[in-house]
Amino acid sequence: MDFDLAAEQPKLLQLLIGVAAFLVVVAAVLLLVDRVPMRRRAWPHATILLAPALLLLGVGLVAPAVRTTLLSFMSGDGRRWAGLDNYVWMFTRPEALTVLRNTVVWVLLVPPLVTSVGLVYAVLVDRTRFEALARSLLFLPMAISFVGAGVVWRFVYAYRAEGQEQIGLLNQLVVSVGGQPRQWLQEPPLNTLFLVAVMVWIQAGFATVVLSAAIKGIPGEIVEAARLDGASPRQLFFRVTLPSIRSAVAVVLVTQSIGTLKLFDVVRTMTGGQFDTGVIANEMYDQAFRYGETGRGAALAVLLFVLVTPVVVYQVRGRAR
Amino acid sequence: MSGRGGRADARAAAARVRRRLSGRGAGVAAIVIAVLWTTPTFGLLLSSLRPEDQIKSTGWWTFFSDPEFTLENYRQVLFGTSSSSGRMAGFLVNSVVITIPSVLLPLALATFAAYALAWLPFRGRDWILVGVFALQIVPLQMALVPLLSFFSRGVEVFGVQMLPAWDLEGPARFVQVWCAHTCFALPLGVFLLHNFMSEIPGELMEAARVDGAAHGAILRRIVLPLAGPALAAFGVFQFLWVWNDLLVSLIFAGGTAETAPVTVRLAQMAGTRGNEWQRLTSGAFVSAVIPLAVFLAAQRHFVRGLLAGGVKG
Repeated sequence: MDFDLAAEQPKLLQLLIGVAAFLVVVAAVLLLVDRVPMRRRAWPHATILLAPALLLLGVGLVAPAVRTTLLSFMSGDGRRWAGLDNYVWMFTRPEALTVLRNTVVWVLLVPPLVTSVGLVYAVLVDRTRFEALARSLLFLPMAISFVGAGVVWRFVYAYRAEGQEQIGLLNQLVVSVGGQPRQWLQEPPLNTLFLVAVMVWIQAGFATVVLSAAIKGIPGEIVEAARLDGASPRQLFFRVTLPSIRSAVAVVLVTQSIGTLKLFDVVRTMTGGQFDTGVIANEMYDQAFRYGETGRGAALAVLLFVLVTPVVVYQVRGRAR
Repeated sequence: MSGRGGRADARAAAARVRRRLSGRGAGVAAIVIAVLWTTPTFGLLLSSLRPEDQIKSTGWWTFFSDPEFTLENYRQVLFGTSSSSGRMAGFLVNSVVITIPSVLLPLALATFAAYALAWLPFRGRDWILVGVFALQIVPLQMALVPLLSFFSRGVEVFGVQMLPAWDLEGPARFVQVWCAHTCFALPLGVFLLHNFMSEIPGELMEAARVDGAAHGAILRRIVLPLAGPALAAFGVFQFLWVWNDLLVSLIFAGGTAETAPVTVRLAQMAGTRGNEWQRLTSGAFVSAVIPLAVFLAAQRHFVRGLLAGGVKG
């Protein structure tokens, strides 16, 4: 046993400092804003209330994003201009192309799969007796970290040489139907699909919750009318349910696309990007923080930004409507 | 009468439709999905309670024919002294220290900003609003490299040192992580809270102002109680996001027991000791206990946040 409470004390002290800083900021803003008389125009109040957030956004997000864009046109150490070299690297080198190809596979697979599983499940459990419990079962993976989920699935995919007893569920199933155990995560190109399965497993609960809320919002009269007209369950689903929840389906597809583009943790925990499984966010981390190739990392981050932008714009416009 | 009757009819109709659906194996399909989704976690949980030699030699399903329980894995992964054990207790403390301020700060700052943007009439408000919303587009990957160099090297413009490096060592490095998490949380936080706050009836605000209440008082007496659900939703969201985060911590907290959170530790164990299943299984659950508890206790708020457009990542 080796847990020394004394060793933890500096951390707890730091936590106290952090909470105290939080209280000071809140108190300072409130005091300042109450100092300015209400009759005056609104901008002094607005300045005080907005200043902390805008300052942090400027220093922590806007300025870094601009700097990253500049860095993407510079050499690895950030000392000399490299023109488009980093982008040329990204689109010509085989190892980088693998990363781009994988990202495309992820984005093509994860959103539709997550949405379909979530939709099917939401329809199946809608208005059943165990609905709340049934939804929670799918929803739980959202509470654990992607790292934790990665561990869960590495265990499912665990491999033991042929002849030994398997400890991974998937290989056990394969062996029990007479197949050979395989190293699922080490054989490209299929290993990416096994990683995709993990992401679908994590995110399906999100789709279930959003879509089942949308299904509940369909007016009962419409369902009733369709039923009186003699619609079959299949017709009911495709002609009534699906059109009525179109916007919710779009929300799920869009948010999943964004999340999948930025995906990092699952790949890092399960394969570390080896065996041809790398994706953009993962490669960006490796280039910038492990190999010191800041320029390439920055270029990958910019690519991520460019890919995410149209999706988010679509989402925001949809929400505004 | 017709309204209520109609709704009851519709509900009965829906039930009938569903019964017809279930007749075709829908129930079976639902159960298959549910089993598929819970089995991996269940297997891991069961394994974490089995002795080491058994985890490594037999599948967890043999537990049912040969049950043997132990909490040794958890003791090892939390407090073990050997270099290969998890020593997760210290990392758990780090996670707590990282998470609390990283939730409180964006919550407060986003509340102030959202209130100003929703209820104060000043010039340029719409531009700021659009600007903050637009920042949701920026993936945090865009900010990582420069933000890290901001902390470690300060700001240098054309060879002139404008701001000194922060040079944070030891527990002070938590400050970096707090700042990073707060910055990255603000666009979504302001967006969510602004949406809720702009729904507060204008008459309430007007009445308070006529009574001579200052903004501080309005925030405390009107905004906080009414926007409570929105604050809770964003709070739960941010909590789960920070606790489960790996990327931000890897970069800003480093990998040592001094500041790194449990997710970083678990990722390390999965990387270097990928076959020490007795520690990985128990470690995974140690890292998941607190977010699971928060999640189950506040699922309602979390769902509300999801439906209002908040998404992790």
